[in-house]
Amino acid sequence: MDSLDGEEFDVIILGTGITECILSGILSSTQNKKILHIDKQNYYGGDTASINLKQLFERNGKPTENLDNGKYGRPRDWNIDLIPKLLMSNGELINILISTKVTEYLEFKQISGSYVYHKNGKIYKIPSTEYEAVTSSLLGLFEKNRVRSFLQWVSQYNFEDPKTHQGINWEKNTMEEVYYKFGLGNSSQDFIGHAMALYPTDDYIKEPCKECIERIILYSQSVAKFGVGKSPYLYPLYGLGELPQAFARLSALYGGIYMLNTPISDIKYNDDGKFKSLTIPQGTVKAPMIIADPSYFPEKVKSTGKKYIRCICLLNHKVSSTDQKDSLQIILPQNQIGRKNDIYIAVLGAEHFVTPKGWNLAIVSTVLEEVDSKNPLDEIKPALALLGDIEDTFYEVKEILEPKEDGSEDNVFISKSYDAMSHFESMTEDVKDIYKRVMGEELVIE
Amino acid sequence: MIQFKLVLLGDSSVGKSSIVTRFVKDQFDENKESTIGAAFLSQTIKLVDNQENPDSPEEVPIKFEIWDTAGQERYKALAPMYYRNSNAAIIVYDITDDKSLSKAIKWVNELKERLPTDLNDPNRCIISLVGNKLDLVGDDESNRKISTQEARDFSIDNGLLFHEVSAKNNIGIKDIFQELGETLYNQHKEKQKSKSMGRADSSKGNIELNRPSTNDSTSCCN
Repeated sequence: MDSLDGEEFDVIILGTGITECILSGILSSTQNKKILHIDKQNYYGGDTASINLKQLFERNGKPTENLDNGKYGRPRDWNIDLIPKLLMSNGELINILISTKVTEYLEFKQISGSYVYHKNGKIYKIPSTEYEAVTSSLLGLFEKNRVRSFLQWVSQYNFEDPKTHQGINWEKNTMEEVYYKFGLGNSSQDFIGHAMALYPTDDYIKEPCKECIERIILYSQSVAKFGVGKSPYLYPLYGLGELPQAFARLSALYGGIYMLNTPISDIKYNDDGKFKSLTIPQGTVKAPMIIADPSYFPEKVKSTGKKYIRCICLLNHKVSSTDQKDSLQIILPQNQIGRKNDIYIAVLGAEHFVTPKGWNLAIVSTVLEEVDSKNPLDEIKPALALLGDIEDTFYEVKEILEPKEDGSEDNVFISKSYDAMSHFESMTEDVKDIYKRVMGEELVIE
Repeated sequence: MIQFKLVLLGDSSVGKSSIVTRFVKDQFDENKESTIGAAFLSQTIKLVDNQENPDSPEEVPIKFEIWDTAGQERYKALAPMYYRNSNAAIIVYDITDDKSLSKAIKWVNELKERLPTDLNDPNRCIISLVGNKLDLVGDDESNRKISTQEARDFSIDNGLLFHEVSAKNNIGIKDIFQELGETLYNQHKEKQKSKSMGRADSSKGNIELNRPSTNDSTSCCN
């Protein structure tokens, strides 16, 4: 085996999740860093991999002998995401993809629709423009006018120009006060805060309104970016697992060395407490710093106290009341279902090459409210009920972890677990945050 | 223009990049380690199609989008994305390295697990087995460790195209791509005739995020 014993690198990266792969690609291609990138597993992507049906069955301890000629089609025609997320069309991940030219390896299609659940048991297309708000049957007549004037206010809001603020100070006034000003009731608040600003809880209501306004603007711009009428989301053909692979290829093109299926042992530190070296079957390798996902340093991470459930449902039909759409998102706002956390459903299919023809994949997720529940599926019942007949379900409960320290003491920089949000905006925040701690300057995306 | 994705496979230092550099840029660099920074290289060849109309043969341009391994084969870390939708593969071995043919055979098997390769599959990936470093043999056959016969027999048994080449001395390089181009073009025409769902259909409804123009063969590799 090709020895690397005694080799020195600028950065050693452990784990090939999307956070680590973006950092690897950027550090290698723009900062000329010599990188060794290792995964203990035999596939790319870590928690952001997409796996095929056989791998899914194996992961869940189900027999795979009869899969090959079974009802599910070819197992390799399934690309099932381990985390359910979609890309905001105007979000930061798209900016990173374009600026690094990683788009050359990827193909994207829009998600055909986004829907919100109402406690009357129906789902409604999310109005994304003033016009759609007025024509939507989701909102009552009086409510429509109020929502419209709110959306007009947001679309004209300029943080620099107080004349556009209509007396609302974005640093001081909370969203609660904004809602009061526009006379928006609970159901409109649910729709604005959860379906457009994509907050998973109601905590934002007591916060200054700036972030919520920015999120609504991001939503509106994302809907408008590739033609109104669909959804604000893009999704890569063959699944999210393509994203880490594409960034890994970028890193490799600039000299990054890649190893999968590689066990790590004997992590050593210098006298000053900073990372020194680690050992792999190819020898002991050195670097002044290390970037890793939480699974490589269990002693250096802590639980956020939150767990989320992610349930994969195999469907042999389209989801009803969605105009036979092949891909969509459904948000079930907490208040509409008597919870404190929203439930998200991502539905994907053959249009994005994640299922064989005739099949759909629905991934349901939420933060668990009863953390050690024996029946976590109970918490997503209202979502499962929307899906009709389900051929098979597979669920996992995951703990959300974060690093204890910022890495300045030991030069071990650890990423956060992927959260239960429906998009990647918090992941790109983590990328920027780690980049700043590693490089001592802001990450500039052009 | 008809465009095909072509991937290179083979162990480190058998000369994968040298073959492509010779084909695309007509250069050879003795100390070249690997291609830095190019997403993929492109090159267009011309074929003559006289099957439809023998009296006025038609010139057909064929564009190859060539993906290099970027060194990810060194520790067996080639991503599934690398293979995805490849129309053709060149599997390279070194005729002066006695272990390299058996390694190439492993790559053939690896490829067969990931892509359709059955001879009757209309979407099959066309594989060309290429023995490089003919220049090191020259007149002195004692340097040769892999006999032409052995490699050719293996190729015939497995439905592979086969060439021995020298990237350094520019021997046989063009022939690899010319033959692949003709085979791919014939496969393409068969598919058009049977109107089977080809891969080209998959791009319907795709969102363009700054993909390079496919008409300009040099747009992505400078």
